[in-house]
Amino acid sequence: MTKMKTSIGRRTFLKTSALAGGGFMLSFSWLAGCKPAPDMVELPKEWFELNGYLKIGDNGLVTIMSPNPEIGQNVKTSMPMLVAEELDVDWKNVIVEQAPLNTSVFTRQLAGGSQSISQGWKSLRMAGATARNMLREAAAKTWGVPVDEITTEASMLYHKASGKSASYGEMASAAAKVEVPKEVELKNNSDFKIIGTSRNNVDGKKIVTGQPLFGLDYKQQGMLIAMIAHPPAFGMRLKSVDDSQARAMPGIKDVFTIKTYPEDYAQQWCDVDSFPELVVVVGNTTWEVMNARKALKLEWEQFQDHEISSSTFWGTTVKIKVPGGLENSAQHNQVMATASKSAKVVRKDGNPEAVFKKAAKVVERSYSAPFLAHNTMEPMNFFANVTSDKAELVGPIQTPEFMEKSIAARLGLPLEKIDIQMTRQGGGFGRRLYGHFLVEAAVISQKINAPVKLIYTREDDMSFGVYRPAYHARYKAALDENNKLIGFHVNAGGIPESPLFANRFPAGAVENYLAESWTAPSNISVGAFRAPASNFIAGAEQSFLDEVAEAAGKDPIQFRLELLDRALNNPVGERNDYEAKRLMGVLELVRSKSNWGQDMPNIHRGVSAYFCHDSYVAHVIDLAMENGKPRVEKVHCAVDCGIVVNPIAATNLVEGGSVDGIGHAMYSGLTFTNGTPDQTNFNKYRLIRHKEAPKAIEVHFVESTVDPTGLGEPPFPPVIGALANALYKATGKRHYSQPYLGETITLG
Amino acid sequence: MATFTLTVNGKKQAVDVDPNTPVLWVLRDHLNLVGTKFGCGMAQCGACTIHVDGVATRSCMLPVSSVGDQKVTTIEGLSEKGDHPVQKAWLEHDVPQCGYCQAGQIMNAAALLSETPNPTDEQIETAMNGNICRCGTYVRIKAAIKTASKNLNA
Repeated sequence: MTKMKTSIGRRTFLKTSALAGGGFMLSFSWLAGCKPAPDMVELPKEWFELNGYLKIGDNGLVTIMSPNPEIGQNVKTSMPMLVAEELDVDWKNVIVEQAPLNTSVFTRQLAGGSQSISQGWKSLRMAGATARNMLREAAAKTWGVPVDEITTEASMLYHKASGKSASYGEMASAAAKVEVPKEVELKNNSDFKIIGTSRNNVDGKKIVTGQPLFGLDYKQQGMLIAMIAHPPAFGMRLKSVDDSQARAMPGIKDVFTIKTYPEDYAQQWCDVDSFPELVVVVGNTTWEVMNARKALKLEWEQFQDHEISSSTFWGTTVKIKVPGGLENSAQHNQVMATASKSAKVVRKDGNPEAVFKKAAKVVERSYSAPFLAHNTMEPMNFFANVTSDKAELVGPIQTPEFMEKSIAARLGLPLEKIDIQMTRQGGGFGRRLYGHFLVEAAVISQKINAPVKLIYTREDDMSFGVYRPAYHARYKAALDENNKLIGFHVNAGGIPESPLFANRFPAGAVENYLAESWTAPSNISVGAFRAPASNFIAGAEQSFLDEVAEAAGKDPIQFRLELLDRALNNPVGERNDYEAKRLMGVLELVRSKSNWGQDMPNIHRGVSAYFCHDSYVAHVIDLAMENGKPRVEKVHCAVDCGIVVNPIAATNLVEGGSVDGIGHAMYSGLTFTNGTPDQTNFNKYRLIRHKEAPKAIEVHFVESTVDPTGLGEPPFPPVIGALANALYKATGKRHYSQPYLGETITLG
Repeated sequence: MATFTLTVNGKKQAVDVDPNTPVLWVLRDHLNLVGTKFGCGMAQCGACTIHVDGVATRSCMLPVSSVGDQKVTTIEGLSEKGDHPVQKAWLEHDVPQCGYCQAGQIMNAAALLSETPNPTDEQIETAMNGNICRCGTYVRIKAAIKTASKNLNA
């Protein structure tokens, strides 16, 4: 932590903020904070920065920087809560600002893997505790008393013996001159006053009043609008451009082609891109650019098999084969049905082959799920202003610290000349981990030598790739004559990535276990989608276990608990990467909270439980049939994510993840004809809607003192199993292939 | 290009645009009212919902030339201080996650309540069905609409 003191007046501060955020912003300072509490907060005359995470005003107002990208997971509220807790500040005096990308001050400025809270748990609290200590030191010096006699409470400093007290605001100036302590103590969990209490979204008021918050809302004076045209099919590339008509259209400034990632460019994992050469139309307004783009006459050609090299998330370099050809969903389905033969063994315990031969009963089932498009409600976009010696970028991105490297490498600028500001993001779900659109915006701005905002339409967004892969899993279970599960075999794969987690439940719970994995190449680009791989395999595995429990004549919860008991007390193998006790905990909690076992008229129930991203979630779904259609009456959800930082937001995230999981399993899917996505907008691509949403959702958290883990992803995967199992109870039919109820709808 | 004088949030404003320009882009690009969101461009997601003479309308497919002297209200003009009962209920229930679709949801809900002050669950679902939320905040949206309805009728 570095000590910095800034003492600038109120007007200067606001002006500086506006410039830092890119200047003109609809008479609204881009970086101006979000006030969680009263609307009319008097701003201080002076701010004192105690460390990179916070500054305190002379009137006691505290600005806390939220380091990570906000994609709807509510870190912009919950991360500052951690700082505020240790600072011991009154939350109503807190203003939150989105921090810019600055890796010298902040660590892991990334939204991914549901890790923000768990990875920020210590560093954010440390930042608050450090500042609190500096305030105490300042008070001790001012009053001439020992520092360990200074206590704090709700933005106030006290020396009980002398009866002296001062507000943080009064002591901020002196505190800013205090040496940053080498060590600080963090609070005991039992002393938390903010962590564990519900705090409303700090951007709430701005959201409900339509303030400019999102990347698409960002503007600078003189800014132009750009759109891209990309090949209509995966497997194709640009052949020729006739832009004569488009150029002549009103408001059009330029039409040209760009190479986002030239052949000699060393790609990072987040540079996934099926269409590295694009046609660009730049003009004054969105509508003019949209129209000119329609007037482009473009020819495309198929490319041949080739190879690209890319660094992985862990820094190693891999060669990726990109097959030529135009792919079809029918072929994909054939591949999925046959590729399992090429699978490689990932884990083997005992002698599975032998137990399957001698088993009294064998259950074998296959499951599949299609490609999915992320469909963040805010389509991809980014602002860029690139000049000869620097690049300024503003917009929605989950991986700013990775994309900073991509931009620097692509533009040939040093890293310190790249400035990335994060806006609020209209959804992420993994899509904005892959920042090709940010590089595109930078290259376009460099080419036209002007500030530019690149905008994707929904069709661009949905047909550009970086999809959830298509998956398949085949399961086999062996039961002995006492209906004990003695053998388990999973063979899972995907196009082009496998969904298998070989060391998760029921690994460790079955004596004879075999896990095999396969992949099949594709030129359709894929990437992380909310709870990658788990978003399929959980539903498949939990549907299958339901069927195995039924074959064994056991209650599905009891059946799982018995298996988990084995994993807890006498685990098979040593590489089991889940805590059986916590998985049992959520199952037991959902069983009691849902009154499992109680019969209700026209209510059909399914259960499921899963572990991913360090958190444990179990669902029970109550399904009713209404006019022959299934409707989720209620979702009961039990969650163990350790300490719950902000219950109201955590509950919202669990509700949303459950709705999202139900929606995708039930309705969503992307299919291909000759390399072209068959669905490119919401008239054909179905997302769950109000009428299909659960009527009620109850969320229960396991009381815990374990350090918090993530919630953005864990509620999504298990709900799919609960849905499939409830659908079976309601209809008598098992569902093996997602989406379970796929039909297109048209809404006027 | 042609000049159109629109009444937006009670204020008359002239714009010089192609007559086919959707009101969405007139608001966002020409009038600096970016609260109305672009989601799909084909009236399928509801993110761009505004009121035209009080009626919830998808602005992404509404040509500017068709508006005439009808009064346009956007999320920025729904209330002067951001305290419309629907907005207040949204805050009370802490509805938004990413927040992108919420302006459209709120505009649609406000139009529903002005026509049907005491909607049933089914009426809410039917009226709101054109507004997609990828974050899945539907349950809270419904609860917030009920709260707003209660407060409107109190």
